[in-house]
Parts: sequence; C-alpha cells; structure tokens
Amino acid sequence: MSMASATDATLVHPGGSPETEEKAFGFWIYLMSDAIIFALLFMTYLVMFGNTAGGPEAKDVFSLERAAAETFLLLMSSTTFGMASIAAARADRERVVMWLVVTVALGLGFIFLEFSEFRGMIAEGAGPSRSGFLSAFFTLVGTHGLHVSIGLIWIVTMLAQIGMKGLSVPVLSRLYRLGLFWHFLDIIWVAIFSIVYLPGLL
Amino acid sequence: MDFFGRLTLDSLPFYSAIAASGAGVTVLGGLSVVALITYLGAWKALFGEWLSSLDHKKIGIMYVVVALVMLMRGFIDAAMMRSQQAVAFNSDGYLPPGHFDQIFSSHGTIMIFFMAMPFLSGIINFVMPQQIGSRDVAFPFMNAVSLWLTAAGAGLVLISLVIGKFSTAGWTGYPPYSGPEFTPGVGVDYWLWAVLISGIGSTMSGINFLVTILKRRAPGMTMFRLPLFTWTVFVAAILMIFAFPALTVACVMLALDRTLDFHFFTNAGGGNMMNYINLFWLWGHPEVYILILPAFGVFSEVVAVFSQKRLFGYISLVLATMAIGILSFTVWLHHFFTMGSSETVNSFFGIMTTIIAVPTGVKVFDWLLTMFRGRLIFKPPMLFTIGFLVTFVIGGLSGVLLAMPPVDYLMHNTTFLIAHFHNMIIPGVLFGYLAGYMFWFPKAFGFKLNEWWGTASFWCWIIGFYLAFMPLYVLGLMGMPRRMEHYDIAAWQPHLIVAAIGAFIIFLGIVCLGVQLWVSVRDRRSALDVSGDPWNGRSLEWLTASPPAPYNFAVLPKVEAIDAFWDMKARGVAYVQPKEYEPITMPKNTLIPLLVGGTAFVFGFAMVWWIWWLAVATLAFIGGLVIFRSFDDDPDFTMPASTVQAIEDRRYEQLAKHPANEMADEPGYAGDPSPDPLPEGAR
Amino acid sequence: MLTSADLNPKGPISLAERQLLFDAFFIMMIVIVPVFVMAALFTWRYRGTNRKARYDPGFVYYWPVEILVWGAPAAIIVWLGFHLWDGTHKLDPYDPIDKSVEPLEVQVVAQDWKWLFIYPEQSIAVVNELVFPTGKPLSLKITSDTVMNSFVIPALGGQIYAMAGMQTKLHLLADENGEYWGRNVQYSGYGFADQQFHAISVSDEDFENWVQKAKDAGKMLDKEGYEALAKPSSKLPVTYYSSVTPGLFDSIIYKYTKGNAHGYAMQCTTPELAQASQASGGETGSRAE
Repeated sequence: MSMASATDATLVHPGGSPETEEKAFGFWIYLMSDAIIFALLFMTYLVMFGNTAGGPEAKDVFSLERAAAETFLLLMSSTTFGMASIAAARADRERVVMWLVVTVALGLGFIFLEFSEFRGMIAEGAGPSRSGFLSAFFTLVGTHGLHVSIGLIWIVTMLAQIGMKGLSVPVLSRLYRLGLFWHFLDIIWVAIFSIVYLPGLL
Repeated sequence: MDFFGRLTLDSLPFYSAIAASGAGVTVLGGLSVVALITYLGAWKALFGEWLSSLDHKKIGIMYVVVALVMLMRGFIDAAMMRSQQAVAFNSDGYLPPGHFDQIFSSHGTIMIFFMAMPFLSGIINFVMPQQIGSRDVAFPFMNAVSLWLTAAGAGLVLISLVIGKFSTAGWTGYPPYSGPEFTPGVGVDYWLWAVLISGIGSTMSGINFLVTILKRRAPGMTMFRLPLFTWTVFVAAILMIFAFPALTVACVMLALDRTLDFHFFTNAGGGNMMNYINLFWLWGHPEVYILILPAFGVFSEVVAVFSQKRLFGYISLVLATMAIGILSFTVWLHHFFTMGSSETVNSFFGIMTTIIAVPTGVKVFDWLLTMFRGRLIFKPPMLFTIGFLVTFVIGGLSGVLLAMPPVDYLMHNTTFLIAHFHNMIIPGVLFGYLAGYMFWFPKAFGFKLNEWWGTASFWCWIIGFYLAFMPLYVLGLMGMPRRMEHYDIAAWQPHLIVAAIGAFIIFLGIVCLGVQLWVSVRDRRSALDVSGDPWNGRSLEWLTASPPAPYNFAVLPKVEAIDAFWDMKARGVAYVQPKEYEPITMPKNTLIPLLVGGTAFVFGFAMVWWIWWLAVATLAFIGGLVIFRSFDDDPDFTMPASTVQAIEDRRYEQLAKHPANEMADEPGYAGDPSPDPLPEGAR
Repeated sequence: MLTSADLNPKGPISLAERQLLFDAFFIMMIVIVPVFVMAALFTWRYRGTNRKARYDPGFVYYWPVEILVWGAPAAIIVWLGFHLWDGTHKLDPYDPIDKSVEPLEVQVVAQDWKWLFIYPEQSIAVVNELVFPTGKPLSLKITSDTVMNSFVIPALGGQIYAMAGMQTKLHLLADENGEYWGRNVQYSGYGFADQQFHAISVSDEDFENWVQKAKDAGKMLDKEGYEALAKPSSKLPVTYYSSVTPGLFDSIIYKYTKGNAHGYAMQCTTPELAQASQASGGETGSRAE
C-alpha cells in the first residue's frame, strides 16, 4: 500500500520542483490544444464521410481484424508504458529500460500495421486522392500515426538519456510528459476505432 | 526528380517593372541592413546579446522590430491599392489584376499575421512578466523558438516578392479558388507555409503566456489583483491555444489538396469548400479578439495612468474580457451569412454577435468613467486612447449593423465590410499597440520618445483614418465590392480619391513615427528615464529600472493590492533597498532557437517550391536540434549575489540623485501617490 | 447607366433590408451618442490643467453605474435582437415573396467571369443579362461552375453565394421598370472586376418581346455549346440562346456531386447525425429543405 501511494505521488508530481511542475502543466495545455486538432479532424471526417465521389466506401476498405490488432498493440503499449512509469517511481532503472523497449516494439508493430494498411489501400486505388472521404480518413489516421512515430522517436531519445544520465530529475520529468503524450495517443486511437472503424464496418 | 523542384530562373520577377522594383527594394533593404550592421561592427553584439537571447524583454523588442518592418511593407501594399483604385475608373490603372490581387492578399496577410501578431506578442513578452512580478516567462527557450518561427513566416512573405509570386486568394485563402485547379502556382503555397509556420509559433506563445500568468505571479499577486493588461493577455492566450489549431488544420488540409492531390476543398472529387470556411473562421473570429483584447489591456493601463486614477469598474472589465473571450467562439458563422443557411441558424449567430457588443460597451463606458473626475494628461499614448474610444464605437456600430443577417446580405463583400474591420483594427488594435509602444518605450530603452512627433503622428493617423475609411462606408452603401482592380461607375471615383488622400495622411503618420524614433534616439540624454517610473505608473513593471536589469526584480515584490506599484509607493515601500541579495538563476543564451527558425524558413521555402529532399532534410535537422537541446540539463546560469548587489547599488545611487517621480513637473500633476479613499466593495 | 446604390432600392426586398439597417442604426445611437458626448465632455472638463474640475481618485466603483453600463447595452441588444430575429425570418432569401403568385423561375450559373441565366419555362438562356417582368416575383436558383461566387443586384437585394455542386436560392422583386446592375462580389480571379450583368425589369409585354428576341437568336445551348461557354472569358457581350438542353442546370450541379455515397448517419444510430449528414449532402444544396 505504502508503495502504491509513493508511486502515485511521484507520478503526479514529477521531480516535485516548481519548474518541473510548470513543464508538466504546460504540457497538459499543449495536449488540450492538440486535442482540438484531432477534434477538428474527426469533425472533418464525419462531414466528408459520404463524399466518396464514386470511389470505395468505408466498408470496402476497412478491415476490422487489422483495426483490432492495431488497437491491441497500442493499448498494450500504453500498459507497458505504465509499467515503465511505475519502475521509474521505484528508481528501478533496468526495468524502466526494459518496459520502454517493449513499448517501442509494440509501437513499431502498430506503425507497421498502419503503414501496410495505407500501402494496401493506395495499391487498390483507395489512396487519399481518390475522394474527399479518403482524404479525410488518411489525414485523421495519418496524423495519429505521425504522433505515434514522434512518440517512438521520443522514447528512443529517453532511452539514450536514461543510458547517459540515469533517472535524474530532468529525465524523470521528461519521462512523465512522454507518458502523458503516449496515453493521450491511446485515447485518440480509441476514438478513431469507435468513430472511424466500427461504424464504417458495422 | 528535379533538384530544385519547380524553381527555375523564370521565377525571378523580371516580367514586370513594378514587380522587379518591389523585389529590388526588398533586396536592397536587406543588403543595407547587412551593410549597416557591418559598418557598425555590430555582428558580434547582435548574435551574442540579441539573436541568441532568451530574455523575454529582448525577445519582446525583437518582435516589435519585426512588426514595425512589416507595418511598412503592409502599408506600401495599402498605398498601392488606394492609388490604383483612385485612378482605375474606366481604365486599368497601373496594376494588372494578377498583381493587384497579390497586393491585397499580401496586405491582409502581413497586417494580421506579421504586423499585428508580432506587435502583440512583443508587447506581451516585454510587459506581462514584469507586470506580474516575474523574472521571465515560464518557458524562455520555447519563447525564442516562437519568435523565430514568426520571423521565418515573415521572411517567406518577404522573399515571395523576389522569387516567384505571392497568393492572389486574399488573406483568407478561400478554396476552391486557392486550390490547385484554379491557382496552381507557388503564390498560395507561400501564403500557406508562412501562415502555418508562424501559427505554430503563436500556439506556443499562447501556452507560454498562460502558464506564465498562472504559475509565475509574485507573492500576493492573486488573480484579482492582476493588472488589466495581464487579464486580457490571459484571455487572449486561452484563445490562441484553442483557436490556432483550427487554422493549422485548415491550412494543412489546403496544403494537402495543393501538393498531394487530396480532395478536402476541391469542387469535384468529394471536396467541401464550406468546411474550409468554417474551420478558417473558427480560428478567424477568435483571432480578432486575440488581437484586440491585449490592445484593450493597453488602453486600460494608459487611461488609468494618464487620468491619475485607478481604473473604474475593475471587476466589470475583467468579467467583460472573459465574456468576450467565450463569446468569440460562438459567432464565426457571421462571416458567411450569405452561404444560404437557414433563417434560424443565421439569427442565432447574428444575435450571438450583437451580444458581444454588450461587454465591449461596458468596457468603453468603464474607460470613460475612469476619465470622469480624473486629472487627464494628454501624452501621446493617452491621445491614441481617446482617439480609439471615439472612433472604435463607430466600428462597433457598423459591426452590429453587419451582424443583422438581412443587412449583411446587402453589405457583405462590399467596401462597407472593409471599412468596418479596418475601423476595428486600426483604432482598436493598432492604436492600442502604438499607445503601448510609446507608453513602454522608456521602460525598454531608458529614455522617452519625443512627444511632439508622437502627437503629430497621432493626428495624422486619426485624420488619415477618417479620410481613408469613411468614404469606404459610403462606397459600400453604393454597392462597391471589395477587391476591385478597376470599375466603370463614375460616382465611386471621388470617394476613392478621398480615400487615397487619407492613405497618404496615414503615410505621414508613419513618417512621424520614424522621425520620432530618430529624434528621440538623437536627443535621448534630455529625456532620460532615470527612475524607471516615467509616468507615475501603477503596475509592477514601473518598479524595475529602465531598462530593467536582466532579472527584472532583484527581490520579488510582495503584492498587497490592485495597482500593486501605486500601492507600494503610497505605503512608502517601493524604493527600500534590501540589506542583501540572493543569487539569481536565468537561462543562458543559445542560438538554437534562431537556428530552428532559420531552418523552418528553408523548410517552408522547400515546401513552396516542391524541393522535397530539402524539405525532408530541414525537417530532420529541426528534429535533431530539438533532441540535441533536450540533452542539455544545464541551460541556466546563476548570477552571483555580488553582481546583483553591484547592479542594484548603482540603481539606488541613481534613484537617490533624482526625484523618483518624473511626472511631478507636469502642469496637470495631481500629487504623489497616496492611499486612495475607496468606497465599500471596491477593494 | 450602371449607377445605382443600396440606398436607392427598387424593390421590396432591398427596401426592407435597408429599413432594417436604418432601424438598427438609430437604435444604436442610444449608446453611441452618449459615448461621443462623454468623451468630448470628460476630455475637456477633466484636462489636468483645469483645477476647477473635481478630482476624485476614489471614484472607481459605484454600483448603480455598474448596473447602468451593463443594463443599457444589454437592453438595446435585446431590442435589436428582436428586430434581427424578425428581419432574418421575414427576409429569408429562400422564401417566396408572395406564395399566391407564380414566380418567374430563372436558373443562374456563375462562370469565369460571367453569368449565365437559364429560363427553364421559356427554354431560353442568356449571358450577362437578366430580364424579368416588373411586379412579378423572381425565383432564382443559383450555382457555380467555377470557384465560389456571390450573386447580388444591389438595387433589388441579395446576396447569396454560388457554389459548385450546390444550389442556393434567392427571391427578388422589382417595383418599377428600370435597368440595374448586378454582379459577382466574391473575388474569383483575373476577370473578377468585369464580372457584371444588366438586370432589367420591364413590362409584361416587353418581357414577351424580349423572350421572342432570344428565341429568334437561333443559337442552341447544348452540352458542347455549354462546355465552350464555360471556359474562362471576360467582358463577354450579352448573348442569347434560343433553346437550352433540358436539365442542363441540374447536370452542372450533378457533375460535382456524382458518386457521393449516403452520409455517415446511415450507418450511425442517432437521428441527429442522420439529419446532419443530409444537410451536408451535395445535391440538395447547402441547406436541408
């Protein structure tokens, strides 16, 4: 029990100094701004859903199996990132590294699946220039994928920093913000899954 | 694959004498700045102390420099439009449509994105941290990145004069006209990337300002003791954070349409142009308030200081500011009542729009009531404020008229609309920034601006404004559309000639600003601000030295009331030197933000000209810079207490030699600060 | 010839729109005039050198004044709001002016940089000239075969956007015979400044004669003819077409919307979404009817 509460405290107040707290707060605000970007992309997708211009429709191009696999990978990566955060709170450097590596692997799997989905669609003539609907789809899902890719670069950077600097206060602070980012992308993906893939296929 | 994308020698502007001379002026202007810096031997100081600085005050000043340079450029565009329309009755004038269209597009783009926005960010950067008793903004590094991204965008607009052409699609870039089918050249791409790159900078500025206000206030500075300028920045920052994503999304989609053949806004292929227009104004309307709220803040500070009286109705003004901020997100559809929405939709957005007039009206009355039973001193900032009060309500009137959908059916897209928004933006925004520039200039440089030339500038601006824009109201009522390169209705011409004369008088106002700066620098020794408090100020920025020490406050002030500095003066604790000082930690200078901005400029250029390898390389380089910076765990340095002591000793020596209050010689001076007798409920 | 103003209305729509402008203007004067008076008065009276004026630095809050400065503008906005609601509903450009009268229907197509008017009942078409009988409501269906345009005849009323793949509507009426100018007021590119047309209201008899004149022109507006006409051109003289391929107007709209599937809502569950998707659907125009 006592360990859990210590963990919570560290997760909520990374490093504890006003400076790191400020950075975490600023990052929250950035995420809110980014959430608006996604909200507008979702809105655009809904507006353009029927604008298929004689091209393929959602049910022709989406695969529930792939989307489910992507969801699984990303949700798992969020869990493993959570494990890394717990290890960080315990100052267990090796476990942090291990869990982050697992997270990268899962994230790469997600990106690979998405990339092959996109490539397959383009090969079938269902690329983003085919119709307004597909433009909106590629932009929405692609923007999320781009965020995940940036997140992966960030994780790799953090692995390097942990290797060089250990779990210092600035490193923990960055790790905390990276966690916010990674879980945020998970939430966005859940929205993509339930607004893009599920209604498109059911 | 072409190494230079679609960039060829034909992109140079030798096809037209006017375009070539514009390019020539731009290139010569750039070269002469380089020559001047070399002549002065100032390169080292420039890079070492300014371009690499993370100090919010220097960043603020550099923003204002960008704004003033772009004001010239934007004004030249305006003058060309006015002179073209003055002569283009039944004739083609001297500008062909393709060129005239670039000019109105660049005028709007420059004035909004690269004049007003940097001016605003500059004044906020310089003033706000001092007003809340802070040593810097929350994220100084990001602050510098914002500056250089804005400068990169401005650079793209400027270089479009020399290489290629600018957009002809207006500052709003409505598709499908701005799409690849109708404007395939580089013009719209220049517009897009300039706006996108600077827009990212603005979003980051918004985050920075908000966190600074929420987290960096001096002890005792509660939210309801914040000076009104800081309150307006607070609301504007929230608007920046939530509105700019809409602009980013709209522009990215348009860029995808243009470069990768997407179909967001095309006529065919399942595009929907109205989605762009909705997204654009979802940003565009809050943007108006992003620009104007801080100007309202400036007016609030100025009117109180030069009425020698506390602001009337502080709480009302704060509430009105917040109300405007919230309402600004609920009115965007009034930019396109004529789209054919249902009468209920139009009525809703029309009524929401008129409701904004209520808090705005409250503000106007509260400013007037601040003057009531005050002792007014007519320094140039105060003149701009009074000029604003009178002129702005006319713009408010025409705004309410345009908010009535049936009236808008008639007046939309006419010069009435042009007159309306210039009537909001020149007196409302620009007068505010100019007032702020003259108000805080002594704080930034330690000497006052020449008052005679400031007053002359004010009169030129306001007379020029009325002459230039009242005829446009009339022309709008006569049905004259905006953006007319020529016309065949004789009755319009006299009004357009008057408008051109007005533009010329505004030009004199700009000349006066230049002369004012020149004369003030030349005669600076006779107008030194030694106390740091040249106007008998009320808020904390006047507590610091002029120019302030790098750390602003050697010891963070303890705030006990609204108008914190006035209160400290009244209690006699403003100038008590502490016994000893503590070391102060501040960010080290770094050239990385400049490098990020410079690379972003090259990236934008590469995207405009489809030089893909360069775009990828520059983007990777920016990513590398950010990662490189993230490895730096020691970005700060600590100024030892002894250095602080030395700086402060010098300041107190100076203070002792001069009377603290430089306004005391004014004939209208109302007396030294004393605790105000306040009625119940006002504390 | 082409001199007319919004302030000189020739029909009930522009007259009512102008009246609303005047009403709102005068209502607003209730707050505007006090501002002018106070600004002038306070600036003069409380100038620093005037030591006779009362100086009261403690006058920074007074609750009756606070109520007034919020209440007065709010009351005026409520008053204006009623006018606004009422005016917007009465002057909805989609509403027929007089339901008991059969209007003259004209289909309007914005092109680079000219206007094509198709008279489906008369089966004629004309470029850059809109002729109609005085006193008979005019029902315009408007679309664009190029970028977004905005259609207006200031003397009669307006305006409304013309957008590709969509149809908007406008109802106008002229009270007296006359010649007015109409034009595109939404910037549309190189030939924008010259994109105007004559709007001429004539007696019933003259209208019949005019229709006959068009019929005698002997030129067909078929698919090929239309394609040629739609190419960018400016300052085109008035051109008559004695017959028009039926359904041409709809085919111009359909060209941009064909192949679009049903909306998102069909696969979604809530009726709100279903409605929203219909509203955004292509062929019905920008408004669900």
